[in-house]
Amino acid sequence: MAGVAVSTTINGDNVEYLCQPDETLLDVLRDRLGLTGAKEGCGTGDCGACSIILDDRLVCSCLVLGAEAEGRRVETIEGMAHGDRLHPLQQKFLEHAALQCGVCTPGFLIAAKDLLAKNPDPTEEEIRFGLAGNLCRCTGYDKIVRAVQDAASVMKGA
Amino acid sequence: MNFDPRYSGRNFASVGTRPIRPDGVDKVTGRARYGADFNMTGQLVGRVLRSPHAHATIRKIDTSKAEKLNGVKAVITAADLPDLTDGDAALYDILDNCMARKKALYDGHAVAAVAAVDARTARQALKLIEVDYEVLPHVTDVDEAMKHSAPVLDDTIFTEGLEQKPVKSSNVTKRSQYGHGDIHEGFGRADFVVERSFKTEQTHQGYIEPHACVASVSSDGTADLWVCTQGHFVYRQHCAQLLGMEASKLRVTSSEIGGGFGGKTHVWAEPVALALSRKAGRPVKLVMTRDEVFRASGPTSATSIDVRIGARKDGTITAAEATLRYSCGPYAGMWAELGAMTAFACYRLENVRTVGYEVLVNRPKTAAYRAPSAPMAAFAVESAVDELAKEIGMDPVEFRIRNAAQEGTRSSYGPVYGPIGIGPTLEAAKNHPHMKAPLGKNQGRGMACGFWFNFGGQTCTDLNIGMDGSVSLAVGTVDVGGSRASLSLVAAEELGIAYEQVKAVVADTSSLGYNDMTDGSRGTFSSSMATISAARNAIKILRERAAQMWDVPVDDVVWENGHAIAKGEKYGNLAALSLKEIAAGSGKTGGPIAGHSELVADGAGVSFATHICDIEVDPETGATRVLRYTVVQDAGKAVHPTYVEGQYQGGAAQGIGWALNEEYVYGKDGRLQNPGFLDYRIPVCSDLPMIDTQILEIPNPNHPYGVRGVGETSIVPPLAAIANAVSNAAGVRMTHIPMSPPRILAAIEAEREWSK
Repeated sequence: MAGVAVSTTINGDNVEYLCQPDETLLDVLRDRLGLTGAKEGCGTGDCGACSIILDDRLVCSCLVLGAEAEGRRVETIEGMAHGDRLHPLQQKFLEHAALQCGVCTPGFLIAAKDLLAKNPDPTEEEIRFGLAGNLCRCTGYDKIVRAVQDAASVMKGA
Repeated sequence: MNFDPRYSGRNFASVGTRPIRPDGVDKVTGRARYGADFNMTGQLVGRVLRSPHAHATIRKIDTSKAEKLNGVKAVITAADLPDLTDGDAALYDILDNCMARKKALYDGHAVAAVAAVDARTARQALKLIEVDYEVLPHVTDVDEAMKHSAPVLDDTIFTEGLEQKPVKSSNVTKRSQYGHGDIHEGFGRADFVVERSFKTEQTHQGYIEPHACVASVSSDGTADLWVCTQGHFVYRQHCAQLLGMEASKLRVTSSEIGGGFGGKTHVWAEPVALALSRKAGRPVKLVMTRDEVFRASGPTSATSIDVRIGARKDGTITAAEATLRYSCGPYAGMWAELGAMTAFACYRLENVRTVGYEVLVNRPKTAAYRAPSAPMAAFAVESAVDELAKEIGMDPVEFRIRNAAQEGTRSSYGPVYGPIGIGPTLEAAKNHPHMKAPLGKNQGRGMACGFWFNFGGQTCTDLNIGMDGSVSLAVGTVDVGGSRASLSLVAAEELGIAYEQVKAVVADTSSLGYNDMTDGSRGTFSSSMATISAARNAIKILRERAAQMWDVPVDDVVWENGHAIAKGEKYGNLAALSLKEIAAGSGKTGGPIAGHSELVADGAGVSFATHICDIEVDPETGATRVLRYTVVQDAGKAVHPTYVEGQYQGGAAQGIGWALNEEYVYGKDGRLQNPGFLDYRIPVCSDLPMIDTQILEIPNPNHPYGVRGVGETSIVPPLAAIANAVSNAAGVRMTHIPMSPPRILAAIEAEREWSK
């Protein structure tokens, strides 16, 4: 089967790759481009561990085809920090111990970043509904919600 | 050197603080490598073919077409995993579960596997494998499986633990019994008796990371395995035995682990990946899909439990008994036995008896799930305790306090307790503001207690001091939720240095001695004990080196706050030597400085918790909402309190899911109907409130710092606490978990019908 040639932007860099027509963007990121920060927890869009931002929209990369990234902007967890300077969300997740096993963390950070971009001052309820597409089995979400609240207040002050 | 593990009170400098975990930055930047994040050059993709039948004889498997497909490098069946178990029945069950030998025993049972150049080819190859099944009658329900008319899964099973060996084979592999006293006499003295039957459905640990491994077997007989596991040494042992290798020739590296909760304590795909790699002569990566995780890994037991408790008017329990039936999947287990041991462990009972039955069903092999078997037993017992308190007319907390086990109580499962935390957690709950908060319409409050044994086990740890004075701590217990942070704190504490000076890693199986797996809440308990022992061994060497540098007797040198100090007036002019200074000179004083420790961490302190929760029930739909939740638990000593809170909150959240939503749904055909996160719904962020925690610290006398395991107990009370809250809110006793809206609505409607 002939591959599809794709030109896209990932975390600000121009990237070109060949992929199969039925290959997910998640598989392209992980298996072809070595960007393994997005995780496959289910492959059916139910867990959010593969969350990325595609042209300012939060999506599960397991539900997007690699070919669909043509001409678009992809943001992944690997692009969240600036050099060695962590994003406030990343810093607050560490300070609040908002992760235990950490496998859902990249997805939560991407989803929280998207949430705060659209709603910089969310209530607890808005955070809980905003992150309801991401599953965490370790924390009970308490410390995740607190970390997002704290990051939001830091980012407002910045 | 002899190591004294006894508790001695001390003022802590590092232990009890809340620094950022050493593996944190990698985990928030996507750099941490989990099971599926590792690749080897020339690696193939492995895929497993699974039985669509709940119970079927495998007449024949024809792999010839699959083998001919371009890009397929190996196809294996049970024939490629010959039986090397040498009469070890438990190991044979593991082998049979990895790859069905004569019969497929559940929907999802592996029957064949392929390794191909890519996933697409591997999937195509699976479709070309022809399996000739003879479908057999099946049974998936635990009570149905105990009936004489039930199809028998294994006709070589005759119930163990009966006075006489039964004449007929059955699905009941074992009967176990615990208790003491005379329950007939005890019930005779009771003014009130509550007798109830309960059921709980099967749940999955629900770790977000599916099982994943990369196996590479060389033609010289050595092999490497990269895998997400709770116990890489145990995986090495099982894989080596099943494949006929020497353990030392198989190096197992544990990846970062994306959740386990007991579900990653058993090998499933790893021997298959190794067998594929051996046949193909190339590395093989095998990653389960979520569908496979649900159908073929994990789950806990489904249960059916009868409880009877009697008490006098003054609130003293006179007798208690329970009969517990736990499903094991198709292989023998000791799940009901654990339920029978834990059921009444919170109470001081003169007369108690519990009987457990292990039951085979056509479902996946039951695996440990956080305090395995205890939550279901606690659900049944704590529900009945609440009802009994109500009948007597006592406050449920007061009733429990009156009957709580104490130091010196003979537990229902045998041993006599040392200092324990059940009384203090109950007192703390009683005095908690949550208990006094007002409730609204259709809202109910429930509380319940829970117990877990905790485990210690074999532990080996190395502590190496670098020339620059920094400390490398190599542990063999997989870090499932922050133990590298807590163990670094312990090393810093013992050496008297800064947390940042210590770097903890989980060593692979070729770099460190054997360690039992991270289960039984033992990670921080046992590895901290070994870390303390290793640090003390290192300190002995540090003192010797300092003595040598000063040319004084070693007995005059003590270790304080990270420094060697020469004690005595005659040494008044000797400046203390720091760890860094001693390390810098180590090349001239005898070489590298290290402390090692190999021990069996005995004395894991038992753990108790009391949970309180408020639930609102919609009487029109049966829908529930968790309004407030509080966890009180004894940690012995909280090494890193933030991660202790995290364990409390996480266990509570899993228990909430189990109590209200989660269940395996089997169709009449014996197939799992909901093998995905859409239909097997675990709690999401918007389902839960904040989960308040209160850490009590009743030192474990058998650990130098008083540490107890904290990981598991938090999942024991929620089923019961929520059932009591829902029952109070809905005005009807709930006896079947999960309390999904249809079940609650049916109970409310039945109650309305009955009271007409």
